[in-house]
Amino acid sequence: MAARKLNLKERYSLLTRDLDWEYSYRDKKEIFPYEEFEGIKITDWSKWEDPFRLTMDAYWKYQAEKEKKLYAIFDAFAQNNGQQNVTDARYINAIKVFLTGVSPLEYQAYSGYAHVGRQFSGVGARTACQMQSIDELRHVQTQVHAMSHYNKFFDGFQDFPHMHDRVWYLSVPKSFFDDARSAGPFEFMVAISFSFEYVLTNLLFVPFMSGAAYNGDMATVTFGFSAQSDEARHMTLGLEVIKFLLEQHPDNVPIVQRWIDKWFWRGTRLLAIVAMMMDYMLPNRVMSWKEAWEVYFEEAGGALFKDLARYGIEMPKYAATAIAEKEHISHQVWSIFYNYTHAAAFHTWMPDEKEMDWLSEKYPNSFDKHYRKRFEHWREMERAGERFYNPTLPMLCNTCQIPMGFTEMDDPTLTAYRQSVHKGERYNFCSDGCKDIFDHEPEKYVQSWLPVHQIYQGNCGGADIEKVLSEYYRINMGKDNMDFHGSPDEARWNEWHNLQSAEERLKKAG
Amino acid sequence: MSKVYMALQDNEEAHYLVEALEEDNPDATVDYQPAMIRIENEGHLVLKRETVEEKMGRDWDLQSLHVNLVTIGGNVDETDDEFTLSWN
Repeated sequence: MAARKLNLKERYSLLTRDLDWEYSYRDKKEIFPYEEFEGIKITDWSKWEDPFRLTMDAYWKYQAEKEKKLYAIFDAFAQNNGQQNVTDARYINAIKVFLTGVSPLEYQAYSGYAHVGRQFSGVGARTACQMQSIDELRHVQTQVHAMSHYNKFFDGFQDFPHMHDRVWYLSVPKSFFDDARSAGPFEFMVAISFSFEYVLTNLLFVPFMSGAAYNGDMATVTFGFSAQSDEARHMTLGLEVIKFLLEQHPDNVPIVQRWIDKWFWRGTRLLAIVAMMMDYMLPNRVMSWKEAWEVYFEEAGGALFKDLARYGIEMPKYAATAIAEKEHISHQVWSIFYNYTHAAAFHTWMPDEKEMDWLSEKYPNSFDKHYRKRFEHWREMERAGERFYNPTLPMLCNTCQIPMGFTEMDDPTLTAYRQSVHKGERYNFCSDGCKDIFDHEPEKYVQSWLPVHQIYQGNCGGADIEKVLSEYYRINMGKDNMDFHGSPDEARWNEWHNLQSAEERLKKAG
Repeated sequence: MSKVYMALQDNEEAHYLVEALEEDNPDATVDYQPAMIRIENEGHLVLKRETVEEKMGRDWDLQSLHVNLVTIGGNVDETDDEFTLSWN
């Protein structure tokens, strides 16, 4: 008799649950030492349900297919001088931010999931974490591979892992993931799988990648969507983790709510840089940050939290502040980077007239009133040969590590400033959300490696800022940093396109 | 009721998936954005293997959806025959 073909649920059960075994000669607590200290109560791991029911054999099969498609496009992009066909060389700076700021987080995620996957005694969660860990390693590899092509033609890509560990603005994403990875395994899952992957990463990988496509960047949209096809699975894991924890024990609800509040706020601060990339760094614009936020947080997140209300879970604590910030955040972050471009490994610029008009149209409540005049003034200064660079080092928020440039939402002319005193020392914060996070775990956040403090303490190569930038950060001064106008990137771009038009002229003459 | 959604890469295979989704979810809206297609519906969205196979004219494994999927919103339920998104 021929064996009956197993259905999906049976295959999943045999190839995951059946791989587990009873521990007969060692104490379970000794094998899984981190499972209880966070206060999370698990009564029955067998209730873990992975809705995708992906088994390891199917996982390899479909991941291999994704890779083949992806590398075919990378090859085509490189063979056809794809770098010359993006809309504008300014756009490439968004990709520099991505490689230095985001791709190393994929590596941190790989390491984080490998760690927590080992720490859960439930086999369903272990299998899902194992797949996600391998996914994340694939993401960092494909991203480095895709962007290595740009490294041949543009400045600022050459030293991304070194920069990620040291440069002031890159401490924002780095410390975000360090924070999650140094938490317990359940907090890590709520932080990364749920708050970040489910609630927020769509904002990076969907509208921004669609924008990359719209700007002719075939390589980036392809790795972005290929990564995001894994994210769909990661998001489902995030939702499963939350539902599982909430169903296991009512005592888990307040712990999970606190983590959601914390990691939603950490995540919105981290995504402030994506807001800037969408509104200022895509020459062809698909949608504004505000519109993306409305679709992917307010609408999608709203539906999600409505669904979770039956467990007693509420919208994240500072969601209302984050919603109000959609009018301001991209303009404020762009201003910060415009101030400090001499200390960054990418270029900034002032938007041209048409781009300012687009911003006025998309932000009728805020752009003309609070930002346009300042930006026009900076543009005038640049025309007069006095491009503005801020010579002082900024104060940083002790939690998110972003320079204190955000404003109060009920008065966008006033810089938001919060303070806590812990053991006689003062700590500064950009927001109530960041202050709350510190106040709940001060012993953790007093250890923040704040780049400006470190420079002043002499830990970044001494007192000479030029040396900090060039030797400690390894920024190629005059190439990687400063305004886009006048940069070697701009000169090369103009040269390529003049050459092209010269050829066109020859053809016509012939 | 909240909306569930699915985004697919805008490519040849996905066009068949969109056709199948439109047939099995007549109230769904389909939005073509740069490089991607976003399909959303009130409360519920189902992708049926049988409908996709009919559109493609060949066998199709439901799990190969992963290759072209960009993102989703909603609770997932997956069997050999159907992929469903829903909110409670």
